[in-house]
Amino acid sequence: MIDSITPLLASAVALAMPLILAALGELVVERSGVLNLGLEGMMLVGALASFAAVAHGGGLAAAVPAAMAAGVLAAMCFGFITLTLQANQVAAGLSLTILGAGVSAFLGRQYVGFRAPASFDELPIPVLSKIPLLGPAFFSMSLLGYATLVLLGATTWFLYRTRAGLALRSIGESPVVARSLGLRVNRVRYAAVAFGGAMAGLAGCYYAVAQFKMWQEGLTSGNGWIALALVVFATWRPLRVAIGALLFGGVSAFGLYLQAIGVQVSTFALASLPYLATVLVLVIISADQQMIRRHAPTSLGKPFHDDS
Amino acid sequence: MIRLRLVPRVQPSRAMLFLAPVLAVALTLVVGLAVFAWLGQNPFKAFRVFFVDPVSDMSGMSELLLKASPLCLIALGLAVGFRASIWNIGAEGQMYMGGIFATGLAIYFHEASGAWLLPAMVVAGALGGALWASITALLRAQFHANEILVSLMLTYVADLTVKYLVYGPWQDPQANNFPITVPFSDNALFPLFAAWGWDWFEGTRINASVFLTVAAVPLAWLFMERSFLGFQLQVTGLAPGAARYAGFPEKRMVWMALLISGAAAGLAGVSEVAGPIGQLNDRWAPLYGFTAIIVAALGRMHAFGIVLASLLMALLYLGGEAVQITLQLPKAISQVFQGLLLMFLLGCDVLVNYRIEARPRVEGLAP
Repeated sequence: MIDSITPLLASAVALAMPLILAALGELVVERSGVLNLGLEGMMLVGALASFAAVAHGGGLAAAVPAAMAAGVLAAMCFGFITLTLQANQVAAGLSLTILGAGVSAFLGRQYVGFRAPASFDELPIPVLSKIPLLGPAFFSMSLLGYATLVLLGATTWFLYRTRAGLALRSIGESPVVARSLGLRVNRVRYAAVAFGGAMAGLAGCYYAVAQFKMWQEGLTSGNGWIALALVVFATWRPLRVAIGALLFGGVSAFGLYLQAIGVQVSTFALASLPYLATVLVLVIISADQQMIRRHAPTSLGKPFHDDS
Repeated sequence: MIRLRLVPRVQPSRAMLFLAPVLAVALTLVVGLAVFAWLGQNPFKAFRVFFVDPVSDMSGMSELLLKASPLCLIALGLAVGFRASIWNIGAEGQMYMGGIFATGLAIYFHEASGAWLLPAMVVAGALGGALWASITALLRAQFHANEILVSLMLTYVADLTVKYLVYGPWQDPQANNFPITVPFSDNALFPLFAAWGWDWFEGTRINASVFLTVAAVPLAWLFMERSFLGFQLQVTGLAPGAARYAGFPEKRMVWMALLISGAAAGLAGVSEVAGPIGQLNDRWAPLYGFTAIIVAALGRMHAFGIVLASLLMALLYLGGEAVQITLQLPKAISQVFQGLLLMFLLGCDVLVNYRIEARPRVEGLAP
């Protein structure tokens, strides 16, 4: 039994990491009161930028900053039109997704069909990786995987244990009150949006340089949207994002596992599992409207004209 | 030092409402020319290849209408919901379902068919799209699940359903394992204009499916601008509090918006599989459902605006194909322009509600 669960858990964890990265970034953005639906677009440009960085010989050291820079750049386009120009955040997020998908498909043409010359491979931690069940899952990840766990801790700490985190959360609840207390609402929101872009870029980097080790059009295949759903599922709390992402990784991994042991299931049915699971968890969590109302940042998605 | 600031207008500017799309198109054009120059192309030649050559003959015009027609149809449906702030962004999936339902009839009655087949397919397609959208409507109305995420997730499922069908039960046995269905019989295809002896259209692919759109435009206008339901939807979007106070049934709004947009997207799906494609295949992903979101926004959620916007968007598609053939640039460039256009439009929209005021920066004063 444990023999089959060990690889299952390991692949669930591996599939969960990019979701955690993207969803954590979006969580911070939404906690500041901004809804950025452009996650998928930012992930795609991040993925392409990191792949291009390694393809041109920059190595892994270049891949990470390239991905983050691309994500931030995309996020700033969104930030400018929503925060400075007061555009509708839903529509702006969609436009970012369309633009990111288009730009990455256009510029990425030349990289299709190549294998990444460098990639983030598993780095087992001595001793710890030998722990049954948990060892191969949590102590035999790639560098990006470990970084994800560190970022998870750091984000939680920032949001709940620092003054800046408190300021960010209060802006998400009531920008008017926060403004009257002297907080620079839009400056904080810009910073949050940039952070969300950097994290989405990293998530893209994970897909291009750690998981698939290649580039193709639409590489992230809707995972940006799944990450958005995760934030709702987690009722805007970081640790629950991680739990939700592991559940999702588990669903996908289970599908792959079924196929591996030779169960006759259509690959298309398996491929649609994560999407159906997303719908299911959204329904479960949203059915209790009080739950969402209690936890969602009050000013989420509402523009704020910072007249200063 | 001059400092620009935004000052809220007392009333939204009507002039800017019309000017913003024009401004956005102009900005996209400027950036587009710059991109061509950056790629080492002569921008003016590229401009001609992209925007002029594709529509310089009758065949080009017919292709333009063939692309604009489904875009317009979907956008009309979406506008109904968007006005009520119900964001169905899964029109792409609803379009696939329309295509699937119509294809089912076309295959099942491949041998034994009559003139009734095509109308039946049209109805089935609209039903298919509406059915797929009704899942989102049900989950939103009963369980408050976010319609943006649900409708989008279902689009991925619809895409996989198309693939499952054309790789599996619906695959043409004579297609050498290509993921395509049998070509539809004549009874399952929209008749070509050329086949009616309209000499003008000799050799073009334009077909009767555009009449679906021609009929939908005035209907959509009547519904959105002149019906009580259309009014209720608009109030729900503009002032949700007022709508609740007036007792407008919230759930019914959700259902209406999603069923209408789903049916419209389904019709667009039929007009594709029973039109230019003539079968169902796995490469059929024109992204019309997503582009239609831009069409609806650019057309200001107004029936006639949407007609103009759909023609422009169709031109972007044709231009993308043309530069791919003539200048060997990836076709995705049209998607880049689409994204830019929407982003510029949203940015320019600031001028509707705000005016820009320039005033010298005064040092030493609190902002």
